Amino acid sequence: MNIHEYQAKELLKDYGIPVPAGIAALSSAAALEAVEQLDQDVTVIKAQIHAGGRGKAGGVKIVKDKNTAADAIDALFGTTLVTPQTGSAGKRVNRLLIENGVEIEKEFYLSITIDRAKSQIVLIGSASGGMNIEEIAHFQPEKITREVVDPLIALPMFQARRLAFNMGIPAPLIQQATKLILQLYKLFVEKDCTIAEINPLVVTKAHTLLALDAKLTFDDNALYRHPELASLKDESEEDVREKEAAGYGLSYIALDGNIGCLVNGAGLAMATMDLLKYHGGSPANFLDVGGDATTDKVTEAFKIIMRDQRVKGIFVNIFGGIMKCDVIAKGIVKAANVTKMQLPLVVRLEGTNAEAGRRILANAALKVAAAESLDGGAQKIVSLVR
Amino acid sequence: MSIMINQNTKVIVQGITGSAAQYHTKKMLAYGTQIVGGVTPGKGGSEIFDVPVFNSVQEAKAQTGANVSVIYVPAPFAADAIMEAAEVGIKLIVCITEHIPIQDMLKVKAYLQQKKAQLIGPNCPGIITPGACKIGIMPGEIHRPGHIGVVSRSGTLTYEAVHQLSTAGYGQSTAVGIGGDPISGTDFIDVLKAFQADKDTYGVLMIGEIGGTLEEEAAAWIAAHMSKPVACFIGGKTAPPGRRMGHAGAIISGGKGTAAGKIATLRAQGIEIAETPAAMGDAMIRALASQELASKCKTH
Repeated sequence: MNIHEYQAKELLKDYGIPVPAGIAALSSAAALEAVEQLDQDVTVIKAQIHAGGRGKAGGVKIVKDKNTAADAIDALFGTTLVTPQTGSAGKRVNRLLIENGVEIEKEFYLSITIDRAKSQIVLIGSASGGMNIEEIAHFQPEKITREVVDPLIALPMFQARRLAFNMGIPAPLIQQATKLILQLYKLFVEKDCTIAEINPLVVTKAHTLLALDAKLTFDDNALYRHPELASLKDESEEDVREKEAAGYGLSYIALDGNIGCLVNGAGLAMATMDLLKYHGGSPANFLDVGGDATTDKVTEAFKIIMRDQRVKGIFVNIFGGIMKCDVIAKGIVKAANVTKMQLPLVVRLEGTNAEAGRRILANAALKVAAAESLDGGAQKIVSLVR
Repeated sequence: MSIMINQNTKVIVQGITGSAAQYHTKKMLAYGTQIVGGVTPGKGGSEIFDVPVFNSVQEAKAQTGANVSVIYVPAPFAADAIMEAAEVGIKLIVCITEHIPIQDMLKVKAYLQQKKAQLIGPNCPGIITPGACKIGIMPGEIHRPGHIGVVSRSGTLTYEAVHQLSTAGYGQSTAVGIGGDPISGTDFIDVLKAFQADKDTYGVLMIGEIGGTLEEEAAAWIAAHMSKPVACFIGGKTAPPGRRMGHAGAIISGGKGTAAGKIATLRAQGIEIAETPAAMGDAMIRALASQELASKCKTH
């Protein structure tokens, strides 16, 4: 689960990590009020979207003259911001963070994440703050320092301190930085984060440390034990169909092709998309109907797929293990009737009760082509949709 | 023959009284797996399909001599169940459960290293030695005993591969599902090592997907240590970057973990690649043929 910068900063504050004074605004009027309230010589107006790269894309405006604040706000609020991380469609800016301007002496990079290969939490620091860490990692890896944590003990102070030294924090601020790193780690563990990133972590001209930007991502699998995080969810950032699918226990991701897919199992679903592409087709979605799909679940899956206007045909690929093919077949018949489905439909059934499933489809008053094989089925739907 | 499990393996089922566990216990018993006990705290003394239920893994192991545990416990308690099994000396633990919090798994992995226990999974279909022992949720009927080792991050995609092999007449020695999570107990190399050492496995079919570096690491290991032919399919060529494709571990992050990248690395080591999921069996047969092992592996 992702949250906005202003929400991440609230959490950092709870853990004693210094952030600039700021006010979140959910309307342009509120934003203007916030500028007045903060009453600074320099105010920063930041678009709040679940994506990085906002600065370079014009999503951060520095306001020195309060009279220009309204224009700056209007230039952001309600607009669509496109950054390298949003995709070409961009994201609508529905929230702003209004902050005191900060006089920056130096920018650092600090993050905590999980090193998959090592199966350990890793802390990453760099004196090259405010930039794309992936580019630094690629072009100047010597500018990055890492500390790997033993999962059976908490982060020891000496490691936090070593990170602070190695990333180039000035000597007078080492103690403060060490404390900040320990607190960020505490947050990371207590809130079940997968990413906690402060970029940039600045040393101000007044020689204090400040988290100028913050990104926190939470482990979806751990949300059940964090009811306090539920309220931070921004529903408007989620794809409506994906949200609905999740509500039915379906795993659905919208793509931009025209062949709808319904498959059981994530690996098989990905492979099915690949197969369609291989035969010159274009998948409209990834959909894993799961191992326990009922007739109703299949119907809901159909409905969600068909809501995509670009879908010109549907390919169902089921390898029944626990899942019974006759249950899927009944679901397809029901779904096709309920949605008044007229589009080309190819169904490939294999595994448990496959014969029974094929019979149900053959006997239904349904325009459905039974696939002889996985490859045959994929080729068939591609040609029907062409 | 097989790796890790065989007809002598004694299994306990943790979480046995749950509905999914009961369903699969029945199927495993029908397949011929020696399920010697189950564990559900508080239900000790009862029976599920004539299998005695115990209050703890310690009790179950002491009473039954079980050496493997399979876990069907819900995600909030699964990490704990894994550690409980490791603590009392169970050396092979198969965890079917999906959605275990990632930081729980970091602790589990470190703990299991201390206890010298091997975990398969989590979020996996299990492990099967056809004709001898089925531990997990895979459909037994599609498997046939034989000489092809199968190792996969997927569930139903693995069944697809096994189906292709069985249909073409090539049985399997053991099929291992290592699971779809980013933090797993067993990686490809662990299983490849075992297949390389197994006198009855003549070739290996590996099924990977986007995310992480397990396939790249396996490619290097194969080049250095594997004498037996390996064929591979990598799913997710068409997956968009940055999205989790069902499996928690199936995500292209910061440009890394792409299918194309994995395929290039594997190909560079001379590993036979299946172009599509419909051609996994064919790729295996080609790999076998390159070492003149095809007829030796045709079991039926």
